[in-house]
Amino acid sequence: MLNIQDLHVRVGETEIIKGLSLSVPAGEVHAIMGPNGAGKSTLSYALAGRPGYEVTGGSITLDGEDLTALEPNERAAKGVFLSFQYPLEIPGVPGLTFLRTALNAQRKARGEDEVAAPAFLKLIREKAAALKIDFEMLKRPLNVGFSGGEKKRMEILQMAVLSPRFLILDETDSGLDIDALRIVSEGVNAMRSSDRAMLVITHYQRLLDYIRPDKVHVLAAGRIVASGGPELAQELERSGYDQYASAA
Amino acid sequence: MSLAAAIRTGEVAELPSRRDEDWRWTDLRGLLRAVPPASPPGDAAALAVGPFAVLAEDEVVFLNGRRLMGLDALTIEAGAPRVLALRFVSQAEGTAHHSDFALTLAPGAVLTLLESHESAGEAYVADSALDIRLGEGARLERIVLIDEAADAIAVDSAEVSLAPNAVFAQAVLTRGARRQRSQTRVRHPGGGARVRLDGLYLPAGARLADLTTEVLHQGVDGTTSQLTKGAVRGQARGVFQGRIVVEERADRTDARMGHHALILSERAEVDAKPELLIHADDVACAHGNTVGALDEEALFYAEQRGIPEAEARAMLTEAFLVEVVDRIEHAGARDVARAWVAEHLREEA
Repeated sequence: MLNIQDLHVRVGETEIIKGLSLSVPAGEVHAIMGPNGAGKSTLSYALAGRPGYEVTGGSITLDGEDLTALEPNERAAKGVFLSFQYPLEIPGVPGLTFLRTALNAQRKARGEDEVAAPAFLKLIREKAAALKIDFEMLKRPLNVGFSGGEKKRMEILQMAVLSPRFLILDETDSGLDIDALRIVSEGVNAMRSSDRAMLVITHYQRLLDYIRPDKVHVLAAGRIVASGGPELAQELERSGYDQYASAA
Repeated sequence: MSLAAAIRTGEVAELPSRRDEDWRWTDLRGLLRAVPPASPPGDAAALAVGPFAVLAEDEVVFLNGRRLMGLDALTIEAGAPRVLALRFVSQAEGTAHHSDFALTLAPGAVLTLLESHESAGEAYVADSALDIRLGEGARLERIVLIDEAADAIAVDSAEVSLAPNAVFAQAVLTRGARRQRSQTRVRHPGGGARVRLDGLYLPAGARLADLTTEVLHQGVDGTTSQLTKGAVRGQARGVFQGRIVVEERADRTDARMGHHALILSERAEVDAKPELLIHADDVACAHGNTVGALDEEALFYAEQRGIPEAEARAMLTEAFLVEVVDRIEHAGARDVARAWVAEHLREEA
């Protein structure tokens, strides 16, 4: 599924990712943990193709196809979805309009037919109900005035509707209380399947109690410095990131 | 000095120039070496359908400055609300014309005026003057759609006078021209009269769109609410000049002015001059003016969800502008305006 080889990423004049390699096979959920400033968000932005995050070396491929040369919307159409740590407010654009525009743009890019309004509304109603999102909220400008928990649920709703193949969850637990965390995690877990993979980026182990990873990697100073099973997350929770400071 | 006077006399010296404070951003004198010859009558049979055709009960058409039928003045009597289309069509190449029209609303009359400035030519010079009088308690909503040729010079001027308790609401939407100005001057008597004076400009290419307004509050208890929004692309320029004058005796005036613009390319430009001149003591007046760029983070967010950059830009710009369109009360005109904005934002810059 996703293959990253010796990746180097620069933001402005500063190299943030310094030779990172990572492989996430289809059907698996991998967690990336690391201290603040390790490059976690930079990695997620580089995968999604955010302008200003310059790949200066190495490769990123999805099912063998190079992503680095593609625009963000082209990567999205290939199935890359980044759930933002702080989802943006889009004044003036109702959630329904935004999501339908996004879905049809992706379908068009893949040479598929656009989804007509009735079928789209049926799909949205079904997915919104599962995430306990009031349908009326979707008529309001996307995320404007929403609470942290509501914004994260909107992210998961978009994920469910767009049905991506490779999911990146960037600090999805930040700003969530326990109830919201549970709803959001259930939404993410419902997306797990044998033809889909996920990268869960988090500072704390808490989220991984809800979204159980197959593998855990430790990111420090722009490199993967340790990899292991779920037990690695437990160990980090006990002993902290200090032990990796020297490895970086 | 005015474009109308220049067309009438053929004297290039009559053209407003950058030496006139109110014309310094929309210089006409520097553009024209000579006033072009008068436009021919035009071919009425070749007229296209106007943008508001399906909404209006009656239509007044000026073709190259000549009214096709009837007089150059119209009075609307009190009674059921009416909808009138007023079209200024330029079917000319390299020539000049001027139109005059006077509209009176009798006390209590209610009218929606759907005005369009349409182009079926190129490099013409078009000027129009509108005299609008509202009687006591009359209500007029004026929606103006300006769609001139890219290489045209076009100025339209409206002089509006209100009686007490009259309501005048206006929205001017323009994509500019080589030089294009829409100017509105309102004499506001107070006395419960209300004015809404909105504008929207979205020039692209090398166009210039200029929205200039002046409201003179001359009596107690008057309100004015003004919202203008613009988005400029390519090498285009947007100009907003809004002046609200509250005269000495015009106490308890409530006047609000907002102008907000997006600059969408490095070579585009916006010039804004909001002015509140207050000579009375007991007034509530406020103005806000912002000029900025699209939020790059919001743009990336939309792109990450699969929306191509050009469409994401158009979508976010439309969302910014549509606040002005949403204030249009006539539902049919609002739909026409919204579609017009969406269409022109998706054209090449």
